[in-house]
Parts: sequence; C-alpha cells; structure tokens
Amino acid sequence: MNDLWEVFVRARRGLSHQHVGSLHAPDARMALRNARDVYTRRQEGVSVWVVPASAITASSPDEKDAFFDPAGDKPYRHPTFYDVPDGVPHL
Amino acid sequence: MNDVAAYALRLGDDALVLAQRLGEWSARAPDLEEDLALTNIALDLLGQARALLTRAGELESAGRDEDDLAFLRGDREFCNALIVEQPNGDFARTIARQLLFSTYQLALYDRLCDSADEVLSGVAAKAVKEVAYHRDHAREWTLRLGDGTQESHRRMQDGIDWMWPLAGELFECDELNERLVRRGIAVDARALRPAWEHVVTDVLEEATLAVPETDWAPSGGRYGRHGEALGHMLAVMQSTHRAHPGATW
Repeated sequence: MNDLWEVFVRARRGLSHQHVGSLHAPDARMALRNARDVYTRRQEGVSVWVVPASAITASSPDEKDAFFDPAGDKPYRHPTFYDVPDGVPHL
Repeated sequence: MNDVAAYALRLGDDALVLAQRLGEWSARAPDLEEDLALTNIALDLLGQARALLTRAGELESAGRDEDDLAFLRGDREFCNALIVEQPNGDFARTIARQLLFSTYQLALYDRLCDSADEVLSGVAAKAVKEVAYHRDHAREWTLRLGDGTQESHRRMQDGIDWMWPLAGELFECDELNERLVRRGIAVDARALRPAWEHVVTDVLEEATLAVPETDWAPSGGRYGRHGEALGHMLAVMQSTHRAHPGATW
C-alpha cells in the first residue's frame, strides 16, 4: 500500500521544479506532507510536486547511444557563442 | 515564582515534555518519512519550550536559565498537563495525543497572539503556523488509521479512548489563570473547549471513530502531581546534563 513517489521542489519563484528524490506514502496527500518533512525542512523550497513513480516513463540505458550520442558532435547547438549580460544569473 | 513566570512555565513544560516524547520515536517510527515528520514536530515544540522557559527564568529572577529549568528540576516541579507525559504506546496512540493536544494548542496560541506579555504573544505568533501543521498531520493520520483496516481502526480507537479523559485538564482555569486573564496576559482555558470539541469531534466522525463517553477526569499536572512515567522520561532526558554539568557543544 505504500507506493513510491518522486519529489520535485522549486527553490524559489522564477526557477523550475527540480527532482530532489523519492519517498514512500499511501496516497497523494500524505506524499505531499512527507515531501515537506523530508525535503524542505531546511527551507529548500516554496513549492512541491509529488508524482507517482509509476507514472514516469524513462529512457532505457539500452537506448542510450541512439538517444544521446548523435548530439555529441553538434557544438553549434550549444549557446556558447553569446556573451551573457551582467545581472542575469539564471539564464 | 510570580504569576506570569508560572504561566510561561506551564506552557513551556507542555511543549518540552511532548517534544521529548515525540523525540523517542526517532529511529523507531513506522518508516523514514514518519520518523522525520515526528521529529520535525518535536523540534518545533522544543523551540517553543526554549523561548517559554527562558521567559519563565527571566521573570522568576532567580538566575535560572532554560537549561536549569529543563534539566535540573525534579518531576514534582514540572507543571505540564498529564496528557503530554503519557508514554507513546503504539503509533496510533501517539497520533491520538497529537490530535487532541495540537488542536488545543492551536486554539491557545491563536488567542495568545493578543497577550499583553510581549514574549508570550511573540512565541504564539511564530508557533501558530507550526502547530497548524502539527494538527494537519495528526488529522490526516487519524482519518487513515480510523477509516483504514480493522486493525488500524481498533488501534486508533484505543488511542483516542486512552488520551480522551486526559484532555480535560487542558481546559481547567484555576486562580492563577483567572488573575492573568484579568491582566490580559493569559488565555481563559475554559473558553477553548467548545471550538476544540467541535474540531476533534468532526475529525473522529469522519474517521469513523467513536467519541468516548467518560466522567473520569484525571488532573493535577499543573501542580506537579504526575504519573510514574514522567520520572522515567526525565531521567533519560536529564542524564547527560546531570552527568556533565555546564557542558557545552
């Protein structure tokens, strides 16, 4: 009855939710409360998402080469040819 | 000890003793998540206790600080209510105590925010948010255990039956309490009961649990008359401080 949940925390306004870990809980409401206690007790966040781990479709390690390697030799896709203006810490 | 100091000590002892009881769940809770939840609540209560005991020590003007009051008093000098010193029992009994006590404490702190004593109102204003979560946590578990399996229902009902008669003491208003109510410092404990009953009864009914009917109303904690269990708890809580007087981190 204790399902696995994945936890996403947003550190502050303007940032996106980041995956921080997982936990066990019997249902969504308890998962949210457990996430609050386990992952935000040192003021890590202003918003929490919990997602049933079973709802996540993950890429397979077997597909790693086909999925990710073709991007390796295409440096022109990287945003490294621009100067980041001062005062834009989260670009 | 003057009235305000004695009142701060009552509130502080409630928080301190319950913090210690909940701390006993550390590394023993049903799962890791609940281990952290219960110890988080314990730390909230410990923070309240520190501020309240410090205030009691200042007003007493006998040179005692929070540590002296927490670690160098015997059980007959503690003035916590009997409900908080109860042994944890199983998880359901602990949750029953949390539901009954945090509902009371939330109503208390909510009104204490208007206290004429700046420290009491300040502690209350900060603690209201903490205790709102404590009550929410207890409510969620009461619903799940009460309206869960046959076994969880039986244990949750046992827990409520155990704790219920002890809750009455929380709403006693003695002469000290009355004097401080007149000065605008304390909350009239009797006035908290109707709202408390309303909230708790709603939760119990939703959880398919019976509201106990009993005339037994043990009391005396405010005057140092405690059960045997408090002495054992204090022996554990105070042993390090007594073995190493004046030790610091």
